[in-house]
Amino acid sequence: MDINKDLVAATATPLVLAILAEGDSYGYAILKRVSELSRGELQWTDGMLYPVLHRLERQGHIKGKWGASETGRKRKYYHLTARGQAQLADQRQQWQMVNTALRNIWPAISLPTRLALSPLRSHG
Amino acid sequence: MAEPAREVGSSDSLEGQIEQWRSYLRRRPAIRPMDVEELEDHLRGEVAALRDAGLSENEAFLVAVKRMGALDAISHEFAREHSERLWKQLVIASNGTAQPVDEARTEAIVVFVLALVAALAVKVPELFGREWGAAADQTFYARNFSLFVLPLLAGYFVWKRRLSVRTWRWLALAFAAGVVLSNVYPFETGSDTEVLTALHLPIALWLPVGVAYAGGRWGRSAGRMDFVRFSGELFIYYALIALGGGVLIAFTLGMFKAIGIDAEPVVENWVPCGIVGAVIVGSWLVEAKQSVIENMAPVLTRLFTPMFALALVVFLGTMAWTGRGIDIERNALIAFDLVLVLVLGLLLYSISARDPQAPPGAFDLLLVLLLVSALLANAFALAAIGARISEFGFTPNRVAALGENVILLGNLAWSTVLYIRFLRGRGAFASLERWQTAYLPVYSVWAAIVVVGFPLVFGFE
Repeated sequence: MDINKDLVAATATPLVLAILAEGDSYGYAILKRVSELSRGELQWTDGMLYPVLHRLERQGHIKGKWGASETGRKRKYYHLTARGQAQLADQRQQWQMVNTALRNIWPAISLPTRLALSPLRSHG
Repeated sequence: MAEPAREVGSSDSLEGQIEQWRSYLRRRPAIRPMDVEELEDHLRGEVAALRDAGLSENEAFLVAVKRMGALDAISHEFAREHSERLWKQLVIASNGTAQPVDEARTEAIVVFVLALVAALAVKVPELFGREWGAAADQTFYARNFSLFVLPLLAGYFVWKRRLSVRTWRWLALAFAAGVVLSNVYPFETGSDTEVLTALHLPIALWLPVGVAYAGGRWGRSAGRMDFVRFSGELFIYYALIALGGGVLIAFTLGMFKAIGIDAEPVVENWVPCGIVGAVIVGSWLVEAKQSVIENMAPVLTRLFTPMFALALVVFLGTMAWTGRGIDIERNALIAFDLVLVLVLGLLLYSISARDPQAPPGAFDLLLVLLLVSALLANAFALAAIGARISEFGFTPNRVAALGENVILLGNLAWSTVLYIRFLRGRGAFASLERWQTAYLPVYSVWAAIVVVGFPLVFGFE
């Protein structure tokens, strides 16, 4: 399913922080983990991860360090800082609140399925 | 599709392709060599995974590059995150392509017209009998000088950044307030409050210029930092233009003298036009030729920070060694204000040019040394002045100088705390940057208070 761009951007921060809370990691592995967690549904454009990582580093939530990969090439590993942990805790609360609100409303309403929507789309 | 194409020499071609891809990346000003390394590591990881899944080297490379995303989009994202790298190119809007020729020509014409308007505007008061160079009108020109050029400069940015009417209405209001305040108040000629107005009005009005320059990004730290960079570069360009103007004047006078004509009265009459026109032309040069002068302000900062740090440390050491107190005379406070302004300038331009992600280095230590010694020297001066301020009396000059000292001191003291935190690994460098950019309006607001309030409080004396 295509996920709205704004939603992808909004979820990037908590996802990256949470993945780093599991342990230090690097760009490619973080993306693989994202794909794993969403069973392949959440696909980021690979290159877009790095500006996000750099922003989080600038904000002091994570810290990057150059190391070596298994093959000896240079690789940048990221580590969650204490500040990042606090930020993650904060984000988790916010997302849980959003999640609870949405969960409460879903059973209360009925929606047309995606199939029923598609003829409408072709007009628009 | 699962063809195991692993013929000899194919790794050469993969390396060749990766090398080519790297060279495309490197051409993007927003992407640094370190980022290229990081992205390359990613690409190689993806290629390896795809090959394990059975793709050929070529296919794996193509898919991996595709998944990486369009270079334009990536470089755009990098540019948004690392706007400091783009100071030289400013490609965010134009996606890496240079400004089209006709657009550049339009801009040159607009700048030329604005500079001409500024030059003529300075002449307009002469129609109403205000003579440049006449002793009686000196204070009129001193009070109003910034008003001949700063609104036009802001206008240039309003035009260039296509600001909304709502924004520029506020800017126009600020300038109108400046015009009214500096001309309605019944100053005693040559009084302290009049001189203070002349000095502080440009500082107050530099804020609306900044808002226009930032063009909607004033709310963001990066936008304000760009304005700080712009101000520094403009200062340097302006000094260079002024130097050239001085040489031109000297030659002109010399040539006319050779044929027995004194050109000085005529030349003198047209100097103010050059002074205001050069501000607009200088700003345009900073905008257009950023990469030519390669950020002079940070270079000068690097050069002078060690020297000023040394001078201050030696000063403090001498004070401690000889046991001499600071000899407080009337202008001591202003002298120490200037020291703080200088230190603040060095700090600002060091911050503006620094890669926020770089780890602390020797230069950071030096800056902290500079900050601490400046704070110490200023603390001694303030203590000495505080003891005797009632004896000197609260004149407008002294209150203004004291207020400026407090404002600068507040900024530098907290900057020192943030800097030391950063050095000890307890804080991000970005917090120092944010502090500085958040503080920018304070200077202008204080200047506005001096312009608006001081004449009233001190009875226009």
